[in-house]
Amino acid sequence: MLDVRKVREQFPILHQEVNGAPLVYLDNAATSQKPLQVTEALEDYYRRYNSNVHRGVHTLSNVATDAYEGARDKVQSFINAGKREEIVFTRGTTTAINTVAASFGRANVQEGDEIVLTPMEHHSNLIPWQQLAKATGAVLKYIPLQPDGTVSVESARSTISERTKIVTMVHVSNVFGTMNPVKEVAQIAHENGAVMVVDGAQSTPHKKVDVQDLNCDFFAFSAHKMCGPTGIGVLYGKKRLLEDMEPFEFGGEMIDEVGLYDATWKEVPYKFEGGTPIIAGAIGLNAAIDFLNEIGLDDIKTHEQQLAKYAMDELASYDDIEVYGPPADERAGIVTFNIHDVHPHDTATVLDTKGVAIRAGHHCARPLMNWLDVAATARASFYLYNTEEDVDAFVDALVTTKEYFGDVYAE
Amino acid sequence: MSMQNNLDALYRQVIMDHYKNPRNRGEIMNDALTINMNNPSCGDKIQLHMKVDNGVVSDAKFTGEGCSISLSSASMMTEAVRGKSVEEALELSGIFSDMVQGEDYDDEKYELGDIEALQGVTKFPARIKCATLAWKAMEKGLDPENVD
Repeated sequence: MLDVRKVREQFPILHQEVNGAPLVYLDNAATSQKPLQVTEALEDYYRRYNSNVHRGVHTLSNVATDAYEGARDKVQSFINAGKREEIVFTRGTTTAINTVAASFGRANVQEGDEIVLTPMEHHSNLIPWQQLAKATGAVLKYIPLQPDGTVSVESARSTISERTKIVTMVHVSNVFGTMNPVKEVAQIAHENGAVMVVDGAQSTPHKKVDVQDLNCDFFAFSAHKMCGPTGIGVLYGKKRLLEDMEPFEFGGEMIDEVGLYDATWKEVPYKFEGGTPIIAGAIGLNAAIDFLNEIGLDDIKTHEQQLAKYAMDELASYDDIEVYGPPADERAGIVTFNIHDVHPHDTATVLDTKGVAIRAGHHCARPLMNWLDVAATARASFYLYNTEEDVDAFVDALVTTKEYFGDVYAE
Repeated sequence: MSMQNNLDALYRQVIMDHYKNPRNRGEIMNDALTINMNNPSCGDKIQLHMKVDNGVVSDAKFTGEGCSISLSSASMMTEAVRGKSVEEALELSGIFSDMVQGEDYDDEKYELGDIEALQGVTKFPARIKCATLAWKAMEKGLDPENVD
């Protein structure tokens, strides 16, 4: 069981009033808050051993290098990668996916080949593939969604073909919170000679991920959605694939030999980490993983699902609130909804006046909004520090919103 | 001012009236300028249709989807620019921009009428872009490069 009161002590930001009401932060799918354990690790690095890595002979550089490389080991065990060289630090999920699309994609995808994905992708796992398809003449093929917004293995199977070179899918949807069958789909991809790329931005914060069990070829995620700092993420790639790929960025730190007209690259993962790496970010991510591990991802997942279920049960009693996607037991802690006749921006504005922070808009998933046939939605997303009282404040604020606009319309 | 008062100032009755009963919603047939303007961060989309004859905006209509603030603002804007010269319409847009950003604005040169109800957005920085969406579309459409 997760001790929420104790967890909340780690998050000073939550103990404040916003617009005269206690802050209820329900925008976790956009970014999570950071525990003291993480901000203190960052501060410790900058106060005590800030130094560049890999190239210094001096002591501080060695300490910083150990911390940076220690973070790589931590990430390796966090997602159960087979080898530490398979962990590449990037700026975030977006850069990780762009690296695969530009480097692996340009070298392996040709005209007429297929890239298979779903209509529920976040733009970060959509636009890089659109661009790759345009540049190579490849075809984008979408696995049709089921009526409840889920991906079925059968429809994946009938979409993937021998012309498919890349299959990619979001692990957990940032709109529905649905968990996609990436392991089963990876197997189908491999049977057809394709690689499987998984966008794990919304899964790593909330559930145990095992990339060897999923048997995906690439897996991307960001630190900032899982209690870590912004500006760092991870690209996991199978070593033999990373070794065959050209670097995505060129410069210092990633070279082996350099002449006036040519250069060679370091081994993986360093050839993908051009420039001074994201040292503080990696140290912050390391601390975030420790923090999540100490609490336990299984308990975090259970806690969020309970909150989502509680929220959905509460919302179900209002006919004029529509919740999108499958039932609570089939989703992570994300609840996407609309109040009839109230635009989600207006909902979010009223909630903000009550101290409740939610997201309103298309959630960087325009094709999914089209599929739902809505212009935008409101979204509440829960994390380990949220409470049932947060859900109550959220539902109360929604009721106020309904009444407020009901009155305004009636005038 | 309390948050409730701020909210009431944002959602004035006249704004909700324009939202529920938008003026000039629709398209203009024949030779109209059409400007598409999106707010990519939130998904609002407006298509503004205008007819300019001899330097005067003879007609303005809009289609699209958005929140109460962006749509009511579009409704008010199309009412306000009809019959104005291109120069006047652009000047009015500048005054509107000053107003919603909480700066001093000229409230005498033009009859602002309903438009002044949108002043409430100054207390909601995230919503200023909603209020200015249709006006930006109008400015783009009346840019001398787009008008004969």
